[in-house]
Parts: sequence; structure tokens; C-alpha cells
Amino acid sequence: MSASSFEAASGSVPTSLRSSRKHYGEKVIQVLLGLCALVSIVTTLGIVISLLVPALEFFAEVSPVEFFTGTVWAPLFEPASFGVVPLLVGTLVVTFWALLVAIPFGLGSAIYLSEYATPKRQAVLKPMLEILAGVPTVVYGYFALTAVTPLLRTMGLQVEIFNVLAGGLVMGVMLIPTIASLSEDAMSAVPRDLRDGAYGLGADKLQVSTRVIVPAAMSGIIASFILGISRAVGETLIVLIAVGQQAKLTFNPLEGVSTLTAFIGATGNGDLPTGSTEYKTIFAVGLTLFVITLVMNIISIRLVRKYREVYD
Amino acid sequence: MSARKVRARIFQALMIFSLAVSMGMLIWLLISTFIDGIPALDAKLFTNPPSSIPEEAGARPAILATLYIAVLVLLFSVPIGVGTAIYMEEYAHKERWYNRFLEVNIQNLAAVPAIVYGILGLAFIVRGIGVGRVLLAGALILTLVVLPTVIIASREALRAVPDSIRQGGYALGATKWQVISKQVLPASIPGIATGSILALSRAVGETAPLLLIGALTYVAFDPTILGPFTALPVQIYQWVKLPDQGFQALAAAAIIVLLAIVLGMNALAIVLRSKFRQKW
Repeated sequence: MSASSFEAASGSVPTSLRSSRKHYGEKVIQVLLGLCALVSIVTTLGIVISLLVPALEFFAEVSPVEFFTGTVWAPLFEPASFGVVPLLVGTLVVTFWALLVAIPFGLGSAIYLSEYATPKRQAVLKPMLEILAGVPTVVYGYFALTAVTPLLRTMGLQVEIFNVLAGGLVMGVMLIPTIASLSEDAMSAVPRDLRDGAYGLGADKLQVSTRVIVPAAMSGIIASFILGISRAVGETLIVLIAVGQQAKLTFNPLEGVSTLTAFIGATGNGDLPTGSTEYKTIFAVGLTLFVITLVMNIISIRLVRKYREVYD
Repeated sequence: MSARKVRARIFQALMIFSLAVSMGMLIWLLISTFIDGIPALDAKLFTNPPSSIPEEAGARPAILATLYIAVLVLLFSVPIGVGTAIYMEEYAHKERWYNRFLEVNIQNLAAVPAIVYGILGLAFIVRGIGVGRVLLAGALILTLVVLPTVIIASREALRAVPDSIRQGGYALGATKWQVISKQVLPASIPGIATGSILALSRAVGETAPLLLIGALTYVAFDPTILGPFTALPVQIYQWVKLPDQGFQALAAAAIIVLLAIVLGMNALAIVLRSKFRQKW
């Protein structure tokens, strides 16, 4: 029955379901809650402005072509050179070694938790992964420098004290919980019917996992990889402590490099005079880092939404 | 055994192995840190300020500052985070473009590298409004870092409260805020508390943004909210950088303290969640 016919049937003045008394307090509360939500918007605006304004000033002094194609990074030397390629390559190689650990072990953990583990085992194993995710990154950095690098040397690898390999591998361990828990979410969202159908056709767990569940959860799994990349690119302390701060252009994992984050972390605490080109360099590198992670994050958010739309 | 069964077994073993890698690493990390740190883990660590002589050095200012920061972050992030979550779950029309933008914005903020928040703090709080490199600035920046975590966890907790609870409240003549404050919010407190504790533990262990707002200084006295400061993870970073063996041991001892705080919070959150998990 529509609202108008209801009124017609009652035959009198239409009565509203709304309260006759105005509740001004209710409005005040709604506005206050809206203001809370505004904090997040203002934060994003603040980040964009704080990066963009000094970065644009920087690019007025140093040409973007020189910045993005130059292969020598020496902003604090005389004569200064502002080629960001060594930092980008450094970020890339550390991320590569981290993903080499995090993707197979994260995905393996997710498949085990989603398809093999009994609820009882899940209740024990998931919190353990959360604990691993809770370890501060400064601790991982210490671990890479004082435990993993010496072990690599014992194994006969000629690593420098600061090297990509130890930092990258430890960063990979740090990322396992991220990839495992997001992938597991995606796999758990795959409807039971698909599993039952495959088992009904005589498939075993291996076949169901690899040929049904993983393909069905693929967008969520890819999203977890991309979020993992984003976190590896943005990780600072492991690199600062164990990978080093030397901006060298090399793909050799036995040597140390610097990354976008390590440069910011090592330079940002200094007393560089506000307004100097060196000071603005922090923001140009920060903007580069922000744009890279922003693109990754948006792709990852889109992919997660995709699988939620399909299965929820 | 058939070839198929062998393959299935090998696959299962590989899956278990991938989980075991994480667990093994966690155990290795804990053991090696404890071996390094136990000799330096004594009362001096809690009572002495940092010093250039490892035998004299402690982390008292850093530990105190970290506790202050934790309290401030809790006071700032929980009201704002829960308020945002209530707005998004109970008030916002999800089709409106600005609410959709808000949602994507928060998901993105959750994944913005922490050091970028440090740049925000450097540009606006430290040099912009000229507060300087004070503890309050650190607490404000860490609040922004963990806010998305608090919001996302609180939204999930609010969403888990079934609509029948709200409808029941309205049917009895309650206003929207009465329903939220008397019914929905109390029912979602365990979820909100769990998320807030996890966020707080992240704030306590976070180092990168603090480097940019100048926590990397020598502070020999007890910190104040409007004074210069160094935090426990930053103190660890400072010690790790020094080549002297004595400082490496101090770093490990400070890591034991930090891990006790952070992992203790994590454990508390996990227990809270499993104990108060409500089935509707």
C-alpha cells in the first residue's frame, strides 16, 4: 500500500511518522560526528599540500627531467646532483627480495588457513600471525642487521654490513601476515557451493585449492600483493638500519643501497634550513613516494571491492 | 599410495611449511634479541638517561615519553575515530559522492607510508605553526597515522550489531542518538576496544614519522608534553646506529621492553576479542 492511499483510507489529516518535537541535540550530534569524519579529509589535504608546495618549488629549481632520469643522487654534496633513479632502483630491489619471500609464504599460509586448517587450528594460528604483524619495524631492522646478515656471511655470501638481501628478506617476513590475512579473507569469501561442486566431481583439496579457490579469489589475492608492494615501498626503518643510506645505482643484493624512504628518514631529522633546495628535496622525494603508493593503494582498493561485489 | 595422493600430501606439507616459516622467524627473532639484550636489561635502563658511556646509559626519558604519547594518542584517536565510524555507519548516505570519497580516502590513508605523515608533521606542525619539535606534535602525528585503523575496526564493530536492535529502539520511541548511544555503541564496545588497542600498539612501535619531527635528539631529562622528546623506538634506532658493542646490547634490552609493551597490547586485544565475541 502506498503512502497516499494510506492517508486516503484513514480519511483525516495525514499524520507524519516523524516526532512532533524538534530534537536540536540530535542535529548537534550529527554535525559533531561529521566534523570527526572531516579530520580524515583534512589529513589527506594536508598531506597533499605539504608535499606539493615545496615539491613544486623544488622543480622550479631542478628540472623534473634531470630529477627522474639522473643516475647520480648527491643532493647534499657540492656540486649537487639530483637524479632520483638510484633511490628508485634501490626501492625496487629491496621490494623485489621482500616479495620473493612474502608472496609464496603469504599465499601458502592463506591457503592453509582457509582450506586446510580446522576452526580450532585457525583460532591458534591467526593470532600468531597477528603477533608477527605487531612487531615494530625498528625491531625487524635490528634483527636483519644483527642476526640475518651474520648468518648470510656464515653461509658464505660476501655481503656488506649493510646489504639489500638481509633487509629485503626480513621485510618479506614482515609482509607475510599482510598478504596472508588479505588473501585468506578473499578465499573465505568464495561461496561454499564452488567447493562442494568441485568435491562432488571428485577433486581433492589440492585441486580445489589451486584450480577453484585461488582463481575465484584472484582479485583479492592480487590486491594483497599490491598492498604488500605498497608497504614494502613505504617501509623505512628496516632500510635505514640494515640496507644502508648509500645512494648507489646497483642491482647487486650483496651491496647496500638507499631508498626513497631511507633518504627522507636520514635527511629529514637534520637541521637543513627551511627553504633551501636541500630541504625541498625531502618533499620532492616524498611526493614521488606518495604518488607511487597512492596508485598501488587505489588499484588494491578497487580489486577488493570487485571481489566483494561478486561474492557478498 | 597413488601419484595423486603423493602430490596432495606434498602440497599440504608445503602449505604448512609456509606458515612454519613465519613462526620460526618470530621465534628466532625473539630468542636472538633476548640473548643480546638480557645482560643489559637492568634497573639502569629504566632509571638513567641516555649517556655516551654504555654502562651508564638508560632509556628513562624515552620510556616515559612513549607512555605519555600512548595516553595522548588514545585520548585523541578513539573519540575522533569512533565518531567518524558512527557517522559513516549510522548517518552517511552511502550513495552520496562525498561519503564514497570519504570511504576510499580512509582506505588509502590506512596504507599511506608512515614516513609521509612525518613530512606532514614537519611541514605543518613543527615548522608551519611553529610548535617545534615537542612531544605533543609527535602524539598528534601518530594519532593521524593510527586513525584509519581505529575507524576501520570501529566500523566493523558497529556493522556487526544487527538492525533489529536499532529497530527495537526506534519502536520504543527512542531518537536516533538514543538508539546509538544506549544500544548500538555499548554492544560494539569489545570490537572498538580491540581495534583501539591494536592501533595504540602500532603507535607505540612507530618510528619513522618521529624521525622527521625531531625526536632524534639527546634528551637527558624527563619529558614534558610541550618539551623536546625522544621515544623508545627512536632511542633503539639511535643505539643500533652506534658501533660500540655495549650500545648494541642496550638496543636489544630496549627492544625487549618495547616488545613487552607492544606484544602485551596485542595479546590483550586478541583475548578481549575472543572473550567478548558476541553471537547475535
